[in-house]
Amino acid sequence: MSFQAAFAQALFDPDAATDPAVRQLIGQPAFAVYRNTVMKGCLDALEANFPAVARLVGSDWFRAAAALHAAASPPRDGRLLHYGEDFADFLQRFEPAADLPYLPDVARLDALWREVHAAPDAAPLDAARLSRLAPERLASLSLRPHPAARWAWFAEQPIYSIWSRNRGTGHEADEELAWHGEGALLTRPADAVAWHPIDRAGCAFLDACASGLPLGEAAEQALTLDADCDLATMLQTLLRAGAFINTDLLTESTS
Amino acid sequence: MRPPALSAGLGLKAEHYDAAASAQAEGLWFEVHPENYMVAGGPRLGWLEAVREQHPVSLHGVSLSLAGESEPDAAHLHRLAALADRIRPALISEHLAWSGWKGHYLPDLLPFTRSTEALHRIAANIGRTQDALGTAIAIENPSHYLRFDGHGWDEIDFLAELARRTGCTLLLDINNVHVSARNLGYSAEAWLDRFPQALVSEVHLAGHSHDPALGEALLIDSHDAPVAPEVWTLYHRFIARAGARPTLIERDGNVPAFRELMHERNVAEAALHESAGALEALS
Repeated sequence: MSFQAAFAQALFDPDAATDPAVRQLIGQPAFAVYRNTVMKGCLDALEANFPAVARLVGSDWFRAAAALHAAASPPRDGRLLHYGEDFADFLQRFEPAADLPYLPDVARLDALWREVHAAPDAAPLDAARLSRLAPERLASLSLRPHPAARWAWFAEQPIYSIWSRNRGTGHEADEELAWHGEGALLTRPADAVAWHPIDRAGCAFLDACASGLPLGEAAEQALTLDADCDLATMLQTLLRAGAFINTDLLTESTS
Repeated sequence: MRPPALSAGLGLKAEHYDAAASAQAEGLWFEVHPENYMVAGGPRLGWLEAVREQHPVSLHGVSLSLAGESEPDAAHLHRLAALADRIRPALISEHLAWSGWKGHYLPDLLPFTRSTEALHRIAANIGRTQDALGTAIAIENPSHYLRFDGHGWDEIDFLAELARRTGCTLLLDINNVHVSARNLGYSAEAWLDRFPQALVSEVHLAGHSHDPALGEALLIDSHDAPVAPEVWTLYHRFIARAGARPTLIERDGNVPAFRELMHERNVAEAALHESAGALEALS
């Protein structure tokens, strides 16, 4: 094992070090400065990247759990904004979190927030342009989701409500939670991340659009899940949220 | 194109974007960690560009791992070059340290034995970086905490030799000089007086703290306090000898209001004006 490999391992597990040069360094009290700095860097990043999880469990619990995760999965590169790709999966397996079954999915929404925050810039589709299109042409039109749009359906638990109450100002926190599935749509209109509730049909509609299906087929997928789905309202909500990217296809269709 | 005249600047904190963009002071500039802006798009780049429209900006990397046993990550270098193209920084710098290991990033500036083998390796890594960026970078002296038995090179000689071989310049962190000298038991003044002033393209100043257990016996480069009086004294000593150099105040913890940081920055600005070198540079 190289010196740096032995040093790196000793940062997380000094007792296991066998390299004599590294053992000599571990013996100095100042070795703890490196251990503390590396761990603090990991924990600060995870706490910043998973604010709703941290708010739900409190900073002490969060950092104790995050320390176990950091030792097993240090950051992959210097972009600490992206650190915690596996944190939701870690929480899923983390026994002390078993009483908080919503925690992993809340972490997944925190991760989606970061993806949206850092996603490429692109002009969203202008709803007014779409409305000028003849209705019969809509069905064959393919809309692509905006690169800064993310959506997820959580079938078992009200993840959107739990997450959004712990991200924003928490004004709605007094209302009783209805324990059923919920979906979340995150977009970035006007350069700030925004979130909206979305139903299962809406998620299926966006999934279909993302896979390149035209609106007619996407609508069928939505209706399969919810026969009463109000497609016009759903499309309007998605457009207003900036869920689609502006497309040349539309320009061609209207010309 | 004539490089912008930098005098005293500040590390840019996210909570101060608006204040920084609208701040007006001659020679004011800002420094950021490029890692925080390696995003495909979104508001961060917009905030940085808004500051950049008003002030020079420097990119101060923390994760290239130039002293690493492996080469700098090519994808990371590519992202750094793309950011530099976009921001057109006045300076780009990195540390004489390592932080990468087997596809992982350990968020610290880790130490190594200064051997001739390390010198070759680091010079090659600086060369790769400068080739990717198309410009020279500055290398910073890190804070030291541990005694290494096997150093074959003195730190100043090592830095000067890297500069000679690669054409890089040096970023002199005077808080790190103070912290290292105290931790390892040598004279900060004597060390500073030997530092090759002609190679210094930038100076860093920052606050440090005492180890919670060992107290003054172990100083920590924590960037969470104002610059200490001893560090200001060393700074005056250096610019009296070397003349004015672009000087940056770093603050990463217990971040106060922007005007408080500007006040500290103005102390450095005044010192730069007072030094004979500053007058020369301004004339």
